Amino acid sequence: MKKETATTLRAFLIELVAYGFLVVAYFLCVLHFLAGWLYQLEVQHRTTYAAVAILLIIGQAVVLEGLTTLLLRLFGGRSE
Amino acid sequence: MFFPISGVQISPIYLAIVGFIIGVLGGFFGVGGSFLAGPALRAVGLHWNFAVGTDLAHIVGKSVVAAKRHRALGNVDLKLGLLMAIGTIGGSEIGAQLIQLLKRKGNVDFVVSIVSITVYVFISAFMIWETGKSLRSKRRSSKGAGKNDHSEFGHVTRAIQRVKIAPMVSLPASGVKGISLWVILIVSLIGGLLSGFLGGGGGYIRMPAMVYILGIPTHLAVGTDLFEIIISASYGTFTHALKGNVDILIALVMHTGAAIGAQIGATATQYFTGPKIRLALSRSR
Repeated sequence: MKKETATTLRAFLIELVAYGFLVVAYFLCVLHFLAGWLYQLEVQHRTTYAAVAILLIIGQAVVLEGLTTLLLRLFGGRSE
Repeated sequence: MFFPISGVQISPIYLAIVGFIIGVLGGFFGVGGSFLAGPALRAVGLHWNFAVGTDLAHIVGKSVVAAKRHRALGNVDLKLGLLMAIGTIGGSEIGAQLIQLLKRKGNVDFVVSIVSITVYVFISAFMIWETGKSLRSKRRSSKGAGKNDHSEFGHVTRAIQRVKIAPMVSLPASGVKGISLWVILIVSLIGGLLSGFLGGGGGYIRMPAMVYILGIPTHLAVGTDLFEIIISASYGTFTHALKGNVDILIALVMHTGAAIGAQIGATATQYFTGPKIRLALSRSR
């Protein structure tokens, strides 16, 4: 049980590190470069903006989930 | 950091931390977390209409992660989730139209604040009362742990399941032999209406309603609700974005925290019984 808990904690720490890098990447790159474009899209083409908004959030979810799962496999944490 | 779409200045660290807390709660309880996200966004100067729409957008991403984890744990009834999505989308549109109406009249902030406080206090009080009774009676009968479920509201659930208004549907994954489709649609319509009006996925009312009215085991209600939220919150995001109520940049930042929180919350449900999850949900508000 203790070993299992240690493995789970290790897995979550790896996830935290991975997400931490992605958060910084988003703050520095994506938001910086996308902010102007998304603002213009929201003002001028709202239907396209609505579709892009959903695609962006789902895309981010899938990428974050996929990346951490990959990292966990590499580092021997949870395989799911 | 300045967010040009909504025109507010908010710290991205604040958003990520709020997202993380909401992610843990959402993964554990199967709720969107709007009862926390709405006030948290309002507190930093976002108008209610933006708080509602933006929260919905961030919930879509968070629910994708949490529902995937719950599906792996066997906690998702796909048939029920798809049926509920129909009612939720209808209700969500009504809620969004009400927000537009209030926006035009200029009192959206006041009305939504009053309604949200009333709804959250009522649901919390009811769930604290019910789960307290369930846990006491469970202790007396001293039945096992794990995913065992028990509700003091069981007699009401059985009475509702005896209503035979066609078409009847069976939900084998949830252990429900037969229930009127209308009951499912009404429950999800009310959840959707509150979702569109107060923001979030409406899980704070739909999850308890699935347990107490439809008779779904708590763990399955959590997972199924998250799956259903993906569909309904996507629709809600789209319709709110068309009305100019979504700042996707804020949602993306919040989701960076929510994504990991959702995984932690979903994994944690394995270690708690149904009534304990419900009691924790009622106290979290």
